[in-house]
Amino acid sequence: MEKKIQAPFKKEELVSLKAGDYVYITGTIYSARDAAHKRMYESMLKGEKIPLELKDNVIYYLGPTPAKEGQVIGSAGPTTSSRMDKYTPLLLEHGLNGMIGKGKRSREVIDSIVKNKAVYFAAVGGAGALLSKCIRKSEVIAYEDLGTEAVRRMEVENFPVIVVIDSEGNNLYETAVEEFKNSQK
Amino acid sequence: MRTIHTDEIIKNVREMCIEANLHLSGDMEEAIRTAKETETGQLGRQILGQLCENMEIAKIDEIPICQDTGMAIFFVKIGQDLHIEGMNLTDAINEGVRQGYTDGYLRKSVVGDPLLRENTKDNTPAIIHYDIVPGDRLELLIAPKGFGSENMSRIFMLKPADGEEGVKEAVLQAVSDAGPNACPPVVVGVGIGGDFEKAAIMAKKALTRNVKEGSPLPHIRRMEQELLEKINQTGIGPGGLGGRTTALAVNIETYATHIAGLPVAVNMCCHVNRHVSRII
Repeated sequence: MEKKIQAPFKKEELVSLKAGDYVYITGTIYSARDAAHKRMYESMLKGEKIPLELKDNVIYYLGPTPAKEGQVIGSAGPTTSSRMDKYTPLLLEHGLNGMIGKGKRSREVIDSIVKNKAVYFAAVGGAGALLSKCIRKSEVIAYEDLGTEAVRRMEVENFPVIVVIDSEGNNLYETAVEEFKNSQK
Repeated sequence: MRTIHTDEIIKNVREMCIEANLHLSGDMEEAIRTAKETETGQLGRQILGQLCENMEIAKIDEIPICQDTGMAIFFVKIGQDLHIEGMNLTDAINEGVRQGYTDGYLRKSVVGDPLLRENTKDNTPAIIHYDIVPGDRLELLIAPKGFGSENMSRIFMLKPADGEEGVKEAVLQAVSDAGPNACPPVVVGVGIGGDFEKAAIMAKKALTRNVKEGSPLPHIRRMEQELLEKINQTGIGPGGLGGRTTALAVNIETYATHIAGLPVAVNMCCHVNRHVSRII
């Protein structure tokens, strides 16, 4: 089903998103990938403040190419989510509501998504030029020294994603492949 | 003896880095467009549509096809009668990469030490495979390689008794384990034979072969076709969200091996299978 959602969003809104839904996100999201996750995680374990508010927010696993003059951002597709699995449950415990990436998640992450009522979206891997067109504003807000891995606050408009793991733990990567195989029999 | 200066090499490498990241080769582009027409999975078709649109935007607006503009991998053939003057050839190639990735607004994705992990900020060093060949030309082939798919690559040291069936099982296992992570539809590069590292290098080289051309060896070409068919029956599909287009091609390279061994390397590549070659 096609849906539109405004980010950040509340738990009450995200529970209506179901695995397989094609969703257009408009609003504010944040980019963070490997190195930023490691830093945030280590800060949180020490009880230090991190540079972005996790509650209700969405993190996009992204490290873009540099923007040319006149561009908001360079190529901006998703990176593989499983590398963030180690850090994700702690972020979800602190109120993170959504993640955008690509590829499988660990059992621990899926359990934490269900426990904390969150949602995992996939964007199309390798469509970075197309996805960059949906990003209207982008600003590095922390960890600038990490270059492409810095944390960015981004305004997106109709950013296309697919719900892969919903707040009940339904996993489209498992069901879609089975369904397709059965439809071929 | 023919002489070329490394300034010319730097200039060519610079241009090749940029070109490879903005344009897919004609065979790759055609394979993706054809897949969009033949895909029967609903989400799969939608995703292939996005990939076609993405290629157009990349070309027109000169935005890299994928944000992972890769580590710069080179296959270099040096004619033994060629004289190269100027700087060290490896330094020249790295200088070309430095200029290409900086001037072309490509992502710097290389860390200098695998454990300390500090970004080198210019995407160097490149990984360069040299080959000495007859003649007086220099052939440069660049294949910028993204790591979403690289991380899903595998090497299997099989026993001779495992034979062709063992090889097929290994390839299918690698593709199935990769699932959505390698950004399907993928191109599967396979190296069979040689030793541990030779198999891996062949698997990478296989990715640079035209996806419409099979192996010149009849028994290998048969295996490529059979594997492609089996992979496309897994249902993984574009983006791993169901469909028949899981792979666009299986390219296999082979080499002599030891009486005791059957090495098999599987180098996965996403649909952004980039490569550009030039002869100087």
